[in-house]
Amino acid sequence: MMYTAEVLKVFERHRGDSIVISGRGGKHWMAISDTVMDIPLGDPAMGGHSGFGLGLALAQPGKKVVLFDSEGDILMSMGQLATIAEQAPANFYHFILDNEVYATTGGQPVPNSKHVDYAMIARGAGYPRAYNYSELDQFSAELSGILSKPGPVFVALKVWPEVENTPIGQRVRWRKRSSDKVVSDVRAALGAA
Amino acid sequence: MTEAAALSPETVMRQMKQNGVTDIVWLPDSETNWLFLLMQADPDLRLVGVTREGHACSIAAGLFAGGKKPMILIQNTGMMESGDSIRGWLMGLKVPIVLMVGYRGYTRHGVNTDTAATYTERFLMAFGIPFYLVENDGDADRISIAFKEAEKIQGPVVVLVGDEYHGFNR
Repeated sequence: MMYTAEVLKVFERHRGDSIVISGRGGKHWMAISDTVMDIPLGDPAMGGHSGFGLGLALAQPGKKVVLFDSEGDILMSMGQLATIAEQAPANFYHFILDNEVYATTGGQPVPNSKHVDYAMIARGAGYPRAYNYSELDQFSAELSGILSKPGPVFVALKVWPEVENTPIGQRVRWRKRSSDKVVSDVRAALGAA
Repeated sequence: MTEAAALSPETVMRQMKQNGVTDIVWLPDSETNWLFLLMQADPDLRLVGVTREGHACSIAAGLFAGGKKPMILIQNTGMMESGDSIRGWLMGLKVPIVLMVGYRGYTRHGVNTDTAATYTERFLMAFGIPFYLVENDGDADRISIAFKEAEKIQGPVVVLVGDEYHGFNR
């Protein structure tokens, strides 16, 4: 098991000029980077981050698009994997943070949490490369190689859950920009606005 | 009285091109067989097939964020299933987009017997999504009106395709 914050610190060393959709790692990624090329969307509707990442990657083939998704999102939208594999964006790097639980609702386990092999599912859906990691040392050693080859690539990372139990209304809001502002900012930065 | 020609796939394609559509995010329905063949043959149009209609919303949002102009092509059954994705990914991110939605069960001449049709307009009204009904080629300019409205409101606008039973399928 790894800590999400540590995983993201390792990734930050290899980020380059990629667009980062911080997804379920958003709170920790914001402490590392919060530019117009960072896309913290919160949770517009669960299961959709992989679709957003696909769309952005297709629209911007000259830029690496990196997504930190989750196992709960994947389980909710498994069909997205087939769509991503069919479109096969070479610039799309799809990580999932697998904490085995629904952390924001109190830590209830996702179905069959200990036994789902997400990399195998991604390969079965047609991703040409897919990996599982549970140790930070191994992930650190191999990340550069993963990012140096074309996507779509899928990387499942086992992380410790960070369960939130306070009522949603009492939680500290970590995002500084609204979701639509994040989108308009990146469109402007990409010359699309 | 002469009836206007049925809604032809060529007319729909013309509307897409006139409005600068770059990507069609879609799931097949019983209204669009011939449109699919035309879209597939167009080298300037990318087709992104989804396995569940709600997925189309986040994909379209990502395409929009990256500077493309997507359109969503689904059936009313899938639109209703996609409610939360429409809310979060299209309305929440202020994505100006047209959804062409096959109006399964629609009939202007008889008694509706399909609950997919019963709840379609009620669903759209509940979400506050503007919509236009297109039944034949004479209605086609409503598609362009929908595109203009989507830009104006920076959100989704629906074109209901009420042509399941005559022509669009050939």
